[in-house]
Amino acid sequence: MRVKVLSRNPDDYIRETKQDLQRVPRNYDPALHPFEVPREYMRALNATKLERVFAKPFLASLDGHRDGVNCMAKHPQSLSTVLSGACDGEVKIWNLTKRECIRTLQAHEGFVRGICTRFCGTSFFTVGDDKTVKHWKMDGPGYGGEEEPLHTILGKTVYTGIDHHWKEPVFATCGHQVDIWDEQRTSPICSLTWGVDSISSVKFNPVETYLLGSCASDRNIVLYDMRQSTPLKKVILDMRTNTLCWNPMEAFIFTSANEDHNLYTFDMRFLESPVMIHIDHVSAVLDVDYSPTGKEFVSASFDKSIRIFPVDKGRSREVYHTKRMQHVITVKWTYDNKYILCGSDEMNIRLWKANASEKLGVLVPRERAAMNYNQKLKEKFQHHPQIKRIARHRHLPKAIYSQAKELRIMREARRRKELNRRKHSKPGSSPFVSEKKKHIVAVVK
Amino acid sequence: MAEEDLFQSDHPVSASEDEGDGNEERRHSQLLEAVSTLAGRKRRKLAERTEASLQVSEFNLSCEGAGEKLVLPELLGSIRASSSLGILKKQLNRVKQKKSVELPLSKEESERVVREAAYNKTSKAVAKWEQVVLQNRRAEQLVFPLKQEQMRVAPIEEVLTGWKTRTPLEQEIFSLLHKTQQPVTDPLLTPLEEASLRAMSLEEAQLRRAELQKARALQSYYEAKARREKKIKSKKYHRVLQKGRSRKALKDFEVLRKLDPEAALTKLEEMERSRIEERMSLKHQNKGKWARSRAIMAKYNLEARKAMQEQLARNKELTQKVPMEPEGEEEGNVAGEGLLPDSINEVQPSTDGANPWMLGKPSSEAKDSGMQEDPKDPRESVAPEDAGNEGEEVSEEEILLQDFEQRRCTRQQAGSPEPKGAGEAEEEHLFVELLSNVQTDPGVEQPAQGPEGPLLSEQLGRLCTPEDIDALGQEEGAEEQERPWPTGTLQESEEEGSAGGGHTAKKAPKQKMINLQAVLAGESHVIHCPAQPVSVQDEEEEAADQRLVIKEAFAGDDVIADFLREKRKVEQAGKPQAMDLVLPGWGEWGGTGLRPSTRKRKRFLIKPVPGPPRRDQHLPHVIISQQRNILAAAHQVNEVPFPFDRRQQFERSIRAPVGPTWNTQRAFQKLTALRILTQPGHIIQPISAEDASPQSTMPTRRGGAALAPTPQHSRHHQRPHKKAR
Repeated sequence: MRVKVLSRNPDDYIRETKQDLQRVPRNYDPALHPFEVPREYMRALNATKLERVFAKPFLASLDGHRDGVNCMAKHPQSLSTVLSGACDGEVKIWNLTKRECIRTLQAHEGFVRGICTRFCGTSFFTVGDDKTVKHWKMDGPGYGGEEEPLHTILGKTVYTGIDHHWKEPVFATCGHQVDIWDEQRTSPICSLTWGVDSISSVKFNPVETYLLGSCASDRNIVLYDMRQSTPLKKVILDMRTNTLCWNPMEAFIFTSANEDHNLYTFDMRFLESPVMIHIDHVSAVLDVDYSPTGKEFVSASFDKSIRIFPVDKGRSREVYHTKRMQHVITVKWTYDNKYILCGSDEMNIRLWKANASEKLGVLVPRERAAMNYNQKLKEKFQHHPQIKRIARHRHLPKAIYSQAKELRIMREARRRKELNRRKHSKPGSSPFVSEKKKHIVAVVK
Repeated sequence: MAEEDLFQSDHPVSASEDEGDGNEERRHSQLLEAVSTLAGRKRRKLAERTEASLQVSEFNLSCEGAGEKLVLPELLGSIRASSSLGILKKQLNRVKQKKSVELPLSKEESERVVREAAYNKTSKAVAKWEQVVLQNRRAEQLVFPLKQEQMRVAPIEEVLTGWKTRTPLEQEIFSLLHKTQQPVTDPLLTPLEEASLRAMSLEEAQLRRAELQKARALQSYYEAKARREKKIKSKKYHRVLQKGRSRKALKDFEVLRKLDPEAALTKLEEMERSRIEERMSLKHQNKGKWARSRAIMAKYNLEARKAMQEQLARNKELTQKVPMEPEGEEEGNVAGEGLLPDSINEVQPSTDGANPWMLGKPSSEAKDSGMQEDPKDPRESVAPEDAGNEGEEVSEEEILLQDFEQRRCTRQQAGSPEPKGAGEAEEEHLFVELLSNVQTDPGVEQPAQGPEGPLLSEQLGRLCTPEDIDALGQEEGAEEQERPWPTGTLQESEEEGSAGGGHTAKKAPKQKMINLQAVLAGESHVIHCPAQPVSVQDEEEEAADQRLVIKEAFAGDDVIADFLREKRKVEQAGKPQAMDLVLPGWGEWGGTGLRPSTRKRKRFLIKPVPGPPRRDQHLPHVIISQQRNILAAAHQVNEVPFPFDRRQQFERSIRAPVGPTWNTQRAFQKLTALRILTQPGHIIQPISAEDASPQSTMPTRRGGAALAPTPQHSRHHQRPHKKAR
């Protein structure tokens, strides 16, 4: 007679060493785990709610300036260092981890109009209302030493902005014209002009480093080529562009912050119409900065809020505001893609999380897996109305809310009027113009 | 004319060769002049210089002559003859061909041209990033910062070239290796190894191994099958098998005769030989020990008699001459078989009409409609599979065998089949069904309902809650209502219901019924209303006629009753069902014909929570479908979201779960991988040509594709590989 007994291979359930993970046999038979969609839906709903619960983006406020913060610069080598220039000519260097000012220097008489760091991070440049360009060392003088710039260049006109080349010892200033300077010389290598109007900002392309973009007060954006020392093309918009920023991952894409509450993302090869119009601000947009991944950007506005836009979306995914934050003049996205800094009128620099509900600090692998899963679930069920409703919900100050409502009404009225006009005019006499083309006045070769 | 004149007048000047004929010439010209004046034309006089002038011409030309302009060909005409002026003439021609130099461009214009050229050049240079950008946008995952040390397995040769023995142990090992002529660097194989490699390639070996494996497996299958078949004790089975085999041999022989006559001949000889042997032997002649014992039994036992007969038949068959018609023989065999079909027929009546797999059911359970509706018997689900496995060749024998086996199975498992009981149950069920049809049919007489009614209610009542019972009452009421009963009886029944005391729930639906009838009655009145204007009497009559015709045509179907029935059905379907968790045999006796006690049934019958009232509760002529759950609708997507084209696509994306409950660890990790991965505390630099290099081994993971026209960059990437130690 044969006796049958249960026998198992010990290899299946015994660990080789004590450090090994315990084997947990798991049956993936779908019949044993029914209702997968409803269960995942509930998980997604909970994840979305928790995300909103944990969305506390505000981290710190750096105060110390005695006038509105006019400009900021990131340190290219150190994530914890940030520089800021105020309207009273004072420049401060901050340590973000300690959240304190580590150095203060009186750089200019009047406004500090622009500030930029050298690519190596050892020195920085400032321009001010006193028609000077100053070159400073990053490290302060020794004890008792006096704060003195390395070089000072005295110009003929006021400089309104400055930017440093990403790889070479060359920087560009703007004012009445765009000047390109060698660090060692006191006169510009070349001056690029096209028309006569004051230029408010100039930016080097971080990828194709010989390219420059500038925006002038006669409503246009001009592109320059440093090697050929010539302007390339000019696009004239409805209203003035305050500043622009190049995408650090996509060489030909830049975004401009406009006075007409919108941001325009352009492909420099096709300036006839913007790639995307980003609508959400309710007042002039004053500054814009790309995230280092090139997937999103942050914009600062006169409406006392900052917003985060995905590059390929027309509406913002996030809006940050606090009661005490006034007109935000400058904004920066740190190089580790984690934080956002904004400087505003009321003399403070604020530090925000780029992802409002992100947990800072070290994550245990299981925790990270859970986060990733939640993220994926939110993405999967993002179109479901309840989840969408919760995920989209934001609190806005009353001013912005009512202003947005008003703008919506205005837009609708304009649309209706156009429709009516079209209805009562000869067919074909009032053509349809796409929203993207509406805001472009002309492209000048 | 003028030209002509000039030509003529020039002639004397150019004709310097013959000076002697001067007078004659002059005279000739005068004559010509005279002739021309005669013709009445005014002849233009050649101006003659009379006083000193600034405009002194060599050829006696002056500007005064009627303001005419000099034309170059006229001048050229004069130098035609002289070869010395050829160069001048050529120069003049060249001058004539050249165009004037255009004005230089204005400053703005020239700047614009420069700008345009520069712009085109720059945008072309920037466009080389196009591929990289597109790829990064489409990438499943991007890992930042882009510049990361790439792990790579260095080939062993490379490692060994940079290797230096330092410790004595290493030196010892190397000396050993050198002694055995172990090649240290390329090609890393001893001659022996190479030879062995050459002897049989890997693929060849694998192929051979696979073949062997297959052969072995086939053999084992075959053996197993043979063993299984051998174990079957049934003689009938083996007999049938034998018959099949012989028939197959015959068929084979037929085929062989057609294809290969010689082989067939040898086979024939063999058969002949076997016949001879058979004739010689005493086999199959009922002379053996076994046959004798059978012969004793044969008197009483039919089986034994049959077996003996078979033996004899076999003998006859074997001793028959072979080359006779095989087909006829076959037919004879089939006819003579008799035995097997008989046996089939014997068994079949018991299974006739009903599903043979339901045989094991006790008759009491068969009455229970709920149980009877559940046909999933494990045996049934197994049997077709077996059939599928074995039935490869669908021949008669196969089918017979299968039948046989199945029957054997049923016999074993059912123990004592109750064909009659099953048949009864079946009949009963059919009857009930039929009855229900009859009852719901309005045209059929009622009296049959009396005795059969309780049967029906019993069937339903077993699973029913009070609500269900209510619904049942409704049904009866509705049927009653269809009959043209006087209202008095209705009221009576109502009173009875109210007198019941506890049956307050029953009252409401009855009232509803009254309302219904009121509505119906009203409708019919409207149709038959005769109050019509006289002027349209004829038309009206016609219309009435038509209506009558239609009514006659559709006399059979009662639409209203149909509707009511439908509504009732919908109401029933919408009601939550009770759950019956009664398990027979737990805590009490179980077995066929035994029912669980009422106490137990009461205990394990889970009553449903009554749902919200129907929306068409008070609307007798409307069915409002409550299939759509409003509460759930708030959670549902009501239109296909943007990136999806079709509903199915979207549904598919939702249907696939991503959680670790449904996916393996690895799949889960893959499914939930983030789109953008950054490392805390790392600075992300802007993309550069090196990042977008073709070296990146994982194009989907790493942000970067090849930049097409940058040969100088590619040189950068050939840095020495990391050594794997």
